[in-house]
Amino acid sequence: MRKVLIGIAAFGLLLAACAESSEETSSPSASGSTAAECAKSVTTYVGSGVLTVGTDNPAYPPWYAGGHTTDTNWKINNPATGKGFESAVAYAVADKLGFATDQVQWVEVPFNKSFAPGPKDFDFDINQISYKPTRAEAVDFSDSYYDANQALVALKGAPITGASTLTDLKQYKLGAQIGTTSYDYIANNIQPTQDPGIYDSNNDAITALRNGQIDGIVVDLPSAFFITAVQIPDGVIVGQFPTIGQQEYFGMVFQRGNSLVTCVNQALEELKADGTLAGIQDKWLSQVVNVPVFSTS
Amino acid sequence: MNGAPGADGRVLRIEGLHKSFGRLEVLKGIDLSVSEHEVICLIGASGSGKSTLLRCIDLLEPIEQGRIVIRGEEVTARGVDVNKVRRQIGIVFQAFNLFPHMTVLRNVTLGPTEALKLSKAESETRAVELLERFGLAEKKGDYPDRLSGGQQQRVAIIRSLAMQPDILLLDEVTSALDPELVSGVLDLIRELARGGMTMVIATHEMGFARDIANRVCFLDEGVILEEGPPEQIFSSPQQPRTQQFLQSIIEAGRM
Amino acid sequence: MGIPGGGGAPELYELPPGESELARGRRSRILAGLRQEGAKSVLIAILSTVVFFTVLVVIVLNSPGWLEVKRAFFSGKYFAESLPEIAHRFLINVRAFLIAEAFILVWALFLAVLRSLPGPVFFPLRLLSIAYTDFFRGVPTILVIYILGFGAPALQIEGIPKSAFFWGVVSLVLVYSAYVAEVYRAGIESIHPSQIAAARSLGLTRLQSLRFVVVPQAVRRVIPPLLNDFIGLQKDTALLSLIGVLEAFRQSQVDVAGSFNFTPHLATALVFIVCTIPLTRMVDWLVRRERSRRQAGAAL
Repeated sequence: MRKVLIGIAAFGLLLAACAESSEETSSPSASGSTAAECAKSVTTYVGSGVLTVGTDNPAYPPWYAGGHTTDTNWKINNPATGKGFESAVAYAVADKLGFATDQVQWVEVPFNKSFAPGPKDFDFDINQISYKPTRAEAVDFSDSYYDANQALVALKGAPITGASTLTDLKQYKLGAQIGTTSYDYIANNIQPTQDPGIYDSNNDAITALRNGQIDGIVVDLPSAFFITAVQIPDGVIVGQFPTIGQQEYFGMVFQRGNSLVTCVNQALEELKADGTLAGIQDKWLSQVVNVPVFSTS
Repeated sequence: MNGAPGADGRVLRIEGLHKSFGRLEVLKGIDLSVSEHEVICLIGASGSGKSTLLRCIDLLEPIEQGRIVIRGEEVTARGVDVNKVRRQIGIVFQAFNLFPHMTVLRNVTLGPTEALKLSKAESETRAVELLERFGLAEKKGDYPDRLSGGQQQRVAIIRSLAMQPDILLLDEVTSALDPELVSGVLDLIRELARGGMTMVIATHEMGFARDIANRVCFLDEGVILEEGPPEQIFSSPQQPRTQQFLQSIIEAGRM
Repeated sequence: MGIPGGGGAPELYELPPGESELARGRRSRILAGLRQEGAKSVLIAILSTVVFFTVLVVIVLNSPGWLEVKRAFFSGKYFAESLPEIAHRFLINVRAFLIAEAFILVWALFLAVLRSLPGPVFFPLRLLSIAYTDFFRGVPTILVIYILGFGAPALQIEGIPKSAFFWGVVSLVLVYSAYVAEVYRAGIESIHPSQIAAARSLGLTRLQSLRFVVVPQAVRRVIPPLLNDFIGLQKDTALLSLIGVLEAFRQSQVDVAGSFNFTPHLATALVFIVCTIPLTRMVDWLVRRERSRRQAGAAL
């Protein structure tokens, strides 16, 4: 009789153990489990035993740094250096998910490909992409890894540098890069009298600014700092734009329905909680101080 | 009429004309003179050089050797105003004469207004007069595609007449026409001859040539092999080649 | 030219030239023949087309990714949302096209005439024209737009415009004139030499002959290839987006990037197509009209 009871108890324990582990595999839950545990239960990784991260080429500062070498196709910066804001964030998230540095692989993902229908060739894409509800119909976004504000870059001494309100800016020809929410901001909040110039890259916008074809570039604040520090020495940040409506933020982009989102969000939580994210921001985006804000009138 | 005939009453004088296309010599020494009011008919096989000769006279082709003198002026000399010479000479081709994108009236007035610098009114008066004279007045607003081939050729001749040329060159103007349209054109030419127009006519229409010509020239392989009044050429040709040619014409039923 | 030969010769002597009864008779005989064969072959044609397209549709609709593609490319909601602004921006394309076209027609004619000037004294001009057409037909339009659009204003020369629209249109004019010049040249060379001879024989100068006789006919003749080039031009106005001009294509790019949905590009495609169809129908009408006029050139 005792043997039977032990057998039943053992069987019951076994069942309980199975039940618990099957719970884990069927639905990764954020409550109580770490990002790493969550990540282990995800089955949809593109590569095996690696985390595949995508970004666009060239990889611009301050989002990426450390330069590039000729043995890869990356231009300006190689994301695999771990240097630069987004590169650092990606590796930090990977770490929380349980991937070592050498288990992170980077792929080139042109902007348009990140949201094209069909299976993605990345686990997530990190490329200064702002969350928008309409965009979330096509892809899944992580939570914010950076709250983005827009700023205005112009040439020193130009009349536009005297502007202090959004209304002041109406008369100027502005420019922005395609794919950024800068165009939305211009169209919705500034509503200038001239059509803005929309360029394929920030570099084209900078050329246009230098040529006098546009009066100012609307671009995210960190990029604005890099542009005025390095690319246009005679450029200035005229001001930053106030948030109107929802705070804009950058999120990673995932295939729709990819359960990895939950794990990454968990990772971001952990990074915010233990101060890592703030540290990365301080290190790579530290100049976000003392920039006047345009007033909305 | 422009200017007086040359001192010897000749409108046209050709001396020792040689013309080659590349290595092929087409005209091998032509001598010809045409007096005022004379009608010369050029006959000969295709390739004998009739068209080339007429084109050379109108300075449409450069020549290798020889002189062409029109009303005493040597037009093959250097420094001659070619356009001015061409205004004095009228030429009508076998086909593609009229400008299809212009009305009949405009076809006729183009030369007078642009080359002779006449006023539009003057040109139109002259044009309408000529068209009426030859029974084509009601066609003046039509485009050439609405005219029969014969009518088109008649307009082409009228177009040349509007320039009031000293001499009219006609290059087989009926050869590409349907036979029943030929007579209309020939009648017009007959009337011009009656009116005293100086003409050099290249033609296959032997009956017509016999009627109208003051002189017939038989061209053979780039030279005028035989020339003389029509009765002589058609009834008693001297040269064997002339006889051969006329024989072949008879056999083809064209005479 | 002698007696016209060929079959059915006796009828020829009764017919006026041009649209002859012979041709009409031939046509009605062909039609009668078709009517017999017709019903059967038309039926086969319809059936096979239906079968083909049904198979195609079935394959596409049952493909695993269809729903996703449908959402991404054929979304009614995004189509309706983006169409008004795209259509509005298309006016910029239209403006670019009309301005460019006007200049191209003139500049290309100049190049073509330059190329046809005869004699050794004009050799440098002919050479220039050839070099121009070779260069601008060889280099990709997109490069010219990029280089002029960003490069020319960068020279900072006083007085030259900086506007991207301006330099974009200039680029299109430079490139397309090379093609159109060749089209003009083909037209000019297709004019029967007797036309030029007839004009010169009236005492018209070379330039007058060109102006009154050759060019008007040549231009009429080459209207179909000219219009084909212009349909191409109309589409190439989208390249102005590259230098920042916010025209229809750029607008749809903005919409696509903003919504992550590709349907706005469909709307742009539609707007472009709707505008080229009238042009193509006009080409057909012009060709028909010109053909009848041209028969008079054969005269006989």
